[in-house]
Amino acid sequence: MSFVSIEKITKVFPGGVRALDELDLEIQDGEFFALLGPSGCGKTTLLRTLGGLESSTSGKISFEGKDVTFLTPGARNIAMVFQDYALYPHMNVLENISYPLKVRKFSKEEIDKRVKQASEALSIEMLLDRKPGQISGGQQQRVAVARAMACTPSLYLFDEPLSNLDARLRLEARTFLKQLQRELGVTTILVTHDQSEALALADRMAVMDKGRIKQVGSPAEFFHKPANIFVASFIGSTPMNLLDGVVNDGKVVIGSMSFDIPAHAQNTARTGDKVVFGVRPEYVSLTSSPGSGIASGVVKVTENLGTHYLVTADCNGILVRGTAPDGSEPHMGDTVHLKPESVRTLLYNKTSEDLY
Amino acid sequence: MKSKTVKGSRAARPGNSVLGKGAATAFLSPSLLFIGVFLLVPAFWTLFLGLTDYKLVGIEALNPSFIGLDNFAKALQDPQFLSSLKLTIVYVLGSAIFGQALLGFILAWVLNELSPRVRSAVELIVIFSWIVPGSVVAFLWFAFYNKEEGTLNAILGVNIDWLLDYPMLSIIIFNIWRGTAFSMLLFSAAIASIPKSHIEVARVAGASKMQQLRNIVLPSARSYILTNLLLITLWTFNDFGPYLLTGGGPGGQTQILPIFIYDSALRYLDFGYGSAIAAIMLLLNLILSLIVLRMSKKGKK
Repeated sequence: MSFVSIEKITKVFPGGVRALDELDLEIQDGEFFALLGPSGCGKTTLLRTLGGLESSTSGKISFEGKDVTFLTPGARNIAMVFQDYALYPHMNVLENISYPLKVRKFSKEEIDKRVKQASEALSIEMLLDRKPGQISGGQQQRVAVARAMACTPSLYLFDEPLSNLDARLRLEARTFLKQLQRELGVTTILVTHDQSEALALADRMAVMDKGRIKQVGSPAEFFHKPANIFVASFIGSTPMNLLDGVVNDGKVVIGSMSFDIPAHAQNTARTGDKVVFGVRPEYVSLTSSPGSGIASGVVKVTENLGTHYLVTADCNGILVRGTAPDGSEPHMGDTVHLKPESVRTLLYNKTSEDLY
Repeated sequence: MKSKTVKGSRAARPGNSVLGKGAATAFLSPSLLFIGVFLLVPAFWTLFLGLTDYKLVGIEALNPSFIGLDNFAKALQDPQFLSSLKLTIVYVLGSAIFGQALLGFILAWVLNELSPRVRSAVELIVIFSWIVPGSVVAFLWFAFYNKEEGTLNAILGVNIDWLLDYPMLSIIIFNIWRGTAFSMLLFSAAIASIPKSHIEVARVAGASKMQQLRNIVLPSARSYILTNLLLITLWTFNDFGPYLLTGGGPGGQTQILPIFIYDSALRYLDFGYGSAIAAIMLLLNLILSLIVLRMSKKGKK
């Protein structure tokens, strides 16, 4: 049974902004679920609606089959971690962690026990008598997580908890969050605008745009089979090649180039269809000679990505990106021949913007 | 290029001003001159006058003599001064602490829950009471409290001469009405400065409105509250406004310290005594300020 069930949730803000548009979503028990999308897509509004901090205009939310749509945040047995950590500056770390427990009227022994457990799990037990202003950003983030953990909720809601950390610390905190979620086994929903964070952490994830969900699936599915042009252009550390073309006689014709129709579209793409041909630069390699299914052009830019180079070539006015291993990269002005790996190519319908 | 950046960073360090000491002094000197002439000199002149028997008329006006602390000793035994001090404390506690601060906070807290449009409309109305000139306000309240044609009696359907029968209550309500806007604005700013997520953590934990107020809002607004209490206490302590309504009467029932000083110095023309009382007030203000500053420093620790 799904743990969180969202049915036709709509949120219209006063002023008419439609932040959530008849959105449906199911999240499984124990899952680490990421909500990803550009800013303003409604992901934070969805999280806050789940937490009860915003009320939905219409629709229904249930946790474990129980309707919680109209419950107050305090009655939902959840814990939230905010982007700014929301630690109280006038309380020390110990008081911060125990505050929600005090509100819930736990006994003193129980509070002590839980604070001890949480602070040991997050290795912050030596910071308990410090004020939030006296500890580092990474430590503050741990305190915020400890405060959420000590409540032993049935659902964690994380609102960009890592985005205020510097790059290196963020990677550490990411690994540690994933590990912690595994150990606790509590359903967790993470909102992030950082796709590498979502791809790394989530069991499953959803990409949102304009209050709607564009795709739900595992990180691997997102990387290899983006369901539509929006997700295809949104996911990936280097932007995917998305080339406008037409289907003609079993081939995809793009300007003067032609490629084989990707396997998944062979039975559905018809001659005359306007399409978008997609392939990630990671799956486009340099080859020695031109030919069918190969894009030839002049190198415009090369970018060093560490182990390999991202090569952008101008193929008769169409920009195609591929990668070359470090050491064998071409130079600006060279003529190159770029060959997409045929099993990695994707075809989208230009009108519906969906994958064939 | 490199030496330029080094120079720039050195200039930004405190102590090494960008302008240089000469230019800085030149810029500051006009304001320092005015503060000196119109604030410091009169203040010290008052302190000095407090040590003399200077009067506006009579022999002492021509040839005042230095009498040391006699004026201060006289004040401490003067029942009129002691009753005036007591009235001032009642006035400050009633109108500033319990009136303006409490009402201002309640207004700010309630407004915070309302829509921004309602909030700014109410704020505008409340601020109006603050920006209207004191003499106009006094006239309005004179009309409000009037026995024969007064608005208050008309509303309550009674026939009371408020300024005669309840003079202290009348001036306290008058000052609450006049000063609440300031406290409300300051507390509104304090409440608005608390990050939303701080309240939301409490909400998710299930804290009631009262718990949110007690555990999060009040401690977060602590420094604002102390600043506000200091300011309105000093202002109310030194407030001359009630003179416009009651003139200190009837029978000295509203003769708070500023009015007592005015009466001593300008009605009974005893400048020396009036100055001594003013010096005592200055001392009381200083002590009050120090206590509040100490408290806010403690909070920061």
